[in-house]
Amino acid sequence: MLSSIYSLLMAGIFVVLDAVDVAFTEAAVGAGISTVLMLSTLSLTASREKIHTHTPVLPVIIVLATGALLIYGTLGMPEFGLTMAPIHQHVAPRYINVSPIEIGVPNMVTSILASYRGYDTLGELTVIFTAGISVLLLLRRRRRRTPGTPTGPVAKPDTSGGDQA
Amino acid sequence: MRHHLILRVISKLLIPFIMLFALYVQFHGDYGPGGGFQAGVIFGSAIIVYALVFGLDNAQKIISESMLGFLIALGLLLYAGVGFATMLKGGNFLDYSVLSGDFIAGQHLGILLVELGVGITVAAVMVAIFFSFAGRGAGDSQEDKAPH
Repeated sequence: MLSSIYSLLMAGIFVVLDAVDVAFTEAAVGAGISTVLMLSTLSLTASREKIHTHTPVLPVIIVLATGALLIYGTLGMPEFGLTMAPIHQHVAPRYINVSPIEIGVPNMVTSILASYRGYDTLGELTVIFTAGISVLLLLRRRRRRTPGTPTGPVAKPDTSGGDQA
Repeated sequence: MRHHLILRVISKLLIPFIMLFALYVQFHGDYGPGGGFQAGVIFGSAIIVYALVFGLDNAQKIISESMLGFLIALGLLLYAGVGFATMLKGGNFLDYSVLSGDFIAGQHLGILLVELGVGITVAAVMVAIFFSFAGRGAGDSQEDKAPH
């Protein structure tokens, strides 16, 4: 609920910053789909936490080290809102000046994402494809069992034997 | 949520417009904000709303899980297919300019097809993820009740 409201507010901020496409995505994904998926995940989990027998020292160290590295990485970034930052100097001026002539699409975000960076977007789509397939592989397995048999292992040898024969 | 009359009526009224808006975002993405990804999410959320209000079984009558699996692959294949089509026509991979006689028209056609591929895959993935989450919950509660 809170994350949904947060996403909606972020979408408003993106609109104010003239990043309409990002705002669109944030409102649709952040405020819409991910909230539904979060709620359906919560409905799958149990209401009580499992008691852990070991203390998670190594994961804590790894998480802290990774976090420290990431924060160290941000120190090298240019100052927020700096117009002389490399991102505004490299290909951005060319996109802004030439893309209406080269591509002829008024929405520059679309022309960059779909045409100039077609490889990137193909890769992103492959990521979504892979994520969807993995979720299906992980979660759909249980639905294939017949509803009449409560124990899976008993039913399994029959089906595998049938496949081999 | 099948007994909530107001939710059922309002969602029945809204779902066609949500889908229409998704199609607008999909095919108007060249001119206004939006594109395949946003349109896919909006279209998927329309089906998710239907599944939330009218139940998972009714939603799966509209679009089955095997159909979703087919659509997930179809979108990606359409995108990559456009890339190979440009290669067959003598250009580089995903160089849309060769798709049509006119330079700009080729770019428009290529972007339209590619965004359509993105939209199909994203919508199908969103719906498939929701279906598998929701279906898993229903299966678990039955299995938990039976053996324990």
